[in-house]
Amino acid sequence: MKIYIIGAGISGSLIARELSKYEVEVHLIEKNPDVGWGVTKANSAIIHGGYDDPPGTVRAQFSSIGNKMYDQLSKELDFDFKRIGSYVVAFNENEVLYLKELKERGRKNGVTNLEIVDVKELKTKEPNINENAIAALWCPDAGITEPWEVAIAAIENARKNGLILHLSEKVVDIVVEKGKVKRLVTNKGEYKADIVINAAGLFADEIARMAGAEGFKIYPRKGEYILLDKKLNGLVNSVIFPTPTKTSKGVLVLPTVDGGILIGPNAVDLPVEEKSNLSTTKEGLTEIYGRAKHLVPGIDLSYTIKTFSGLRPENNRKDFIIGATKIWGFINVAGIRSPGLTAAPAFAKYIVEKIFPENLKVNLVKKKEFNPYRKRIPNMSYFNLEKWDKLVKKDPKYGKLVCFCNNVTEGEIVEAIKRGARTVDGVKFRTRASFGRCQGGFCGLKIIEILARELGISVEEVKQNYRNSWIIDGKVRI
Amino acid sequence: MSKKKMICIMCPIGCELTVSKQGEKITVEGNRCLRGREYGINEMVNPRRVLTMSVKVENGEMDLVSVRTDAPIPKKLIYDIIEYIKKLKVKAPVKRGEIIVKNIFNTGVNLIATRTVEKTKMGGEDEIRTCTGSGNDKLSGNCV
Amino acid sequence: MRKEKVDVLVIGGGAAGLAAAIESANHGVKTILLERERKTGGVLNQCIHNGFGLHVFKQELTGPEFMELLWEELSKTSAIVKSDSTVLKIAPESKEVTVLSREGVVIYQVKSLIVSTGARERSLNNLGIPGARVAGVFTAGVVQKMVNIYNRLPGHNVLIVGSGDIGLIMARRLKIEGMNVVGVVEIMPEPGGLIRNVVQCLEDFDIPLWLSHTVTEIHGTGRLEGVTVAKVDGELKPILGTEKFLKVDTLVTSVGLIPQNGLIENFVEMDPINRGPVIDDLMRTSVEWIFAAGNNVAVHDLVDFVYEEGKIAGKYAALYALGEKLPGVKYNFKRGNNVGVMLPHRVTGEIPFKMYIRSKKILKSCEVKFNGKRFRIFNWKIRPSEMLDLHLNKFDAFSETTNVEVNELE
Repeated sequence: MKIYIIGAGISGSLIARELSKYEVEVHLIEKNPDVGWGVTKANSAIIHGGYDDPPGTVRAQFSSIGNKMYDQLSKELDFDFKRIGSYVVAFNENEVLYLKELKERGRKNGVTNLEIVDVKELKTKEPNINENAIAALWCPDAGITEPWEVAIAAIENARKNGLILHLSEKVVDIVVEKGKVKRLVTNKGEYKADIVINAAGLFADEIARMAGAEGFKIYPRKGEYILLDKKLNGLVNSVIFPTPTKTSKGVLVLPTVDGGILIGPNAVDLPVEEKSNLSTTKEGLTEIYGRAKHLVPGIDLSYTIKTFSGLRPENNRKDFIIGATKIWGFINVAGIRSPGLTAAPAFAKYIVEKIFPENLKVNLVKKKEFNPYRKRIPNMSYFNLEKWDKLVKKDPKYGKLVCFCNNVTEGEIVEAIKRGARTVDGVKFRTRASFGRCQGGFCGLKIIEILARELGISVEEVKQNYRNSWIIDGKVRI
Repeated sequence: MSKKKMICIMCPIGCELTVSKQGEKITVEGNRCLRGREYGINEMVNPRRVLTMSVKVENGEMDLVSVRTDAPIPKKLIYDIIEYIKKLKVKAPVKRGEIIVKNIFNTGVNLIATRTVEKTKMGGEDEIRTCTGSGNDKLSGNCV
Repeated sequence: MRKEKVDVLVIGGGAAGLAAAIESANHGVKTILLERERKTGGVLNQCIHNGFGLHVFKQELTGPEFMELLWEELSKTSAIVKSDSTVLKIAPESKEVTVLSREGVVIYQVKSLIVSTGARERSLNNLGIPGARVAGVFTAGVVQKMVNIYNRLPGHNVLIVGSGDIGLIMARRLKIEGMNVVGVVEIMPEPGGLIRNVVQCLEDFDIPLWLSHTVTEIHGTGRLEGVTVAKVDGELKPILGTEKFLKVDTLVTSVGLIPQNGLIENFVEMDPINRGPVIDDLMRTSVEWIFAAGNNVAVHDLVDFVYEEGKIAGKYAALYALGEKLPGVKYNFKRGNNVGVMLPHRVTGEIPFKMYIRSKKILKSCEVKFNGKRFRIFNWKIRPSEMLDLHLNKFDAFSETTNVEVNELE
């Protein structure tokens, strides 16, 4: 039996890891040169409490379960996860009514520890909140993480357990015979496939069309963000939401796991053909700044590190599309917008433990020697100095700082390359080098140099991310 | 009589000069010092600039040695001299102040090195070289 | 982890740090200079253009020459240079400085400390310009290093954004090296760099300068494909209808330098306008054993001034380490009319000193006043991009709180 998963984002990577626990050949196919570069790379990075989704939806079914799985998952896969809690802030009586509604919705979804607090209590924990706030809904379960790191970690662990990863490989056709999946065709070859799991994010509708499964449309909803300097660390201590509207959770203010402050997103629906439009806009940035400032007046754009945007795969059914289809062996994991990151560990388990035996009548056999643990690349933020000193004595490259803003050493960059980084962004997302305030001013050229050296290529061949993202043109003097 | 307005570049103040030429007589206004007067006169009859560039080094710890003209050269020759310098190659070691080209283009001006570039040692300097593996403690790698 | 005692520890081996280490060692105290890069010299390494050293060496040199002259001076002293060594933290109570290098983590127990960590470039990302996130956008300093040290070019067609000095210098350098330099856009109505650089970098090489223009959008996927630039109005807002598209594959930004004080900003009194520590005429910060010099105190125009500050810091840090009682502060300066960047903030009144001031706006000519008393007239155009330097050796106009102002002369 051969299983192919399409898309190495948060969904595909956690499904791949789940499947790597069983005696079966699993492939993960990704069209980008690296994992986690689609929807996973740019979102609010929140593990939601699970109270917000309409009861009865697939979203609600998985998000509160997924939330609880993150403690164990982050221990096994050694990524950052901080349960910092969240506040939904109300500014008037109408909004307070909505908080009560949310609390009730949470109860229906199995989230029972929500509390509505008065402004005094809110202020003790969040002194920088707009003083016009009158109440807030406190959810202690909400947390923050780095989604791309979760995907990277899950895939590293799955590969240790036998997963076969295909990068820069694009699925062009799925061959179905007599209502069953038979083969998968990519730009690189053709494979016999028994089961195909469609976790293709923004392109899941196109993949479903190839298989002739039921039709749905994915359209991109853009969310823009502004990342602010670590200098503002402590401006907020938990995830701060405004009271939501019918269409969106609104613009939030939250700390990032490495100490910065993130504000965003707005929500702009784009036409279907703009699935790679990741530009930021003046209007969008102005909007999120205004809304964030309303929540936390101390936000100051002069501390901007960078602005970016992400696309969310929305679909016409307004819910996750998860499950078997009329084509035997073709499983959809589509429309995974918010709270997809939160729900992913739960639906990954559901697919393997429920859909496989019940819908496909496939009973997989557990591996005896599955190793659930993956260790992160060493980083100074998680080592005490004594331990780091010992590490340097073993490998002096851990004593050479390359990125000064985030304290990343040459040793970490070399390790990231060993683990699969092939581009500057690949290094950036695995180590946080060039993620900091100078945005690669001091370390950019050094990272290129290390990549060239370790990969045995010329510096001209080193890319920022995608195929045409060359950085250096050629020699001044030959 | 010809008049030219110009900004003196002899120091950061940037005086706005008015230079007039009547026959052989040149007058400079707006300058605050003698260097400004000299600049104005030169700029009228034979504008000159110091040129700074780099020359390719062979077997050096760096790929390039930075160079400059040891006096200003006529502006009208600058592009020709630039193209000429691009083709030069020197062998390491190069010492700071060493003359790379004597009396360049017959200007009476020399092209001199502005830094010292030693011969390559194992695990060289800030140049990029392609090599594999990382069994060394230098960023540039232990490669030939 | 190894521990080591040292009298004077200098953080950062650029012009200020080298000068400080030379001076400190010459006072006979154990001096260690820490450099986080492989070579000391800081930005002088890559500044191969001329314009350095007129005050210090009385001749016009390039960056590398200036640097090597300092090396020669330093090599005659007992100062120890440790390169590839980065300070991780400074403990203000215990006076311990934690340093990472290939030998591991070393904790230095210091008597006095000199912080000469220089400035970093503001990046385009820090400005939040809308558009795509693409490869091919560099700060001027990165391109300078790429071209002059790494022997590499960044692309074919380039637009320079911002007219700071490094941007102007790089416009010329890239043109000389055969790139098509489309022009320089500057959002302000005046160039940001020195006028002499506008003349010798842009005018000499026929590179257009578009004042009151800004980049409104960045285009491309993967690599930069072009930018939209537009004229701006008096409030720096783009004027609709003035947009034009420029096909470039490289953007070089020169939009300001930011002093780097991450190591000390949490426990040393800071000046939000200079973005550096509050200092006195001995280059002493609000913590008596910590001295600072160079572009981390405030961004300077000339390396010569940075060097002079390093010398002062080196001298007094050494005297402090030797146990001498240094004079206390007697006069404080308060920013008055038109005063932007200003240093020092206070003085002992015991020694002649130099004061640096940037005017907040362009003035045709001006007078500098202390407590309403005229000190000096500048009878030429004063720009924020050019620092005024005043030599002061008389203190009769000063009081405990001295008002400093720069007034336009009619």
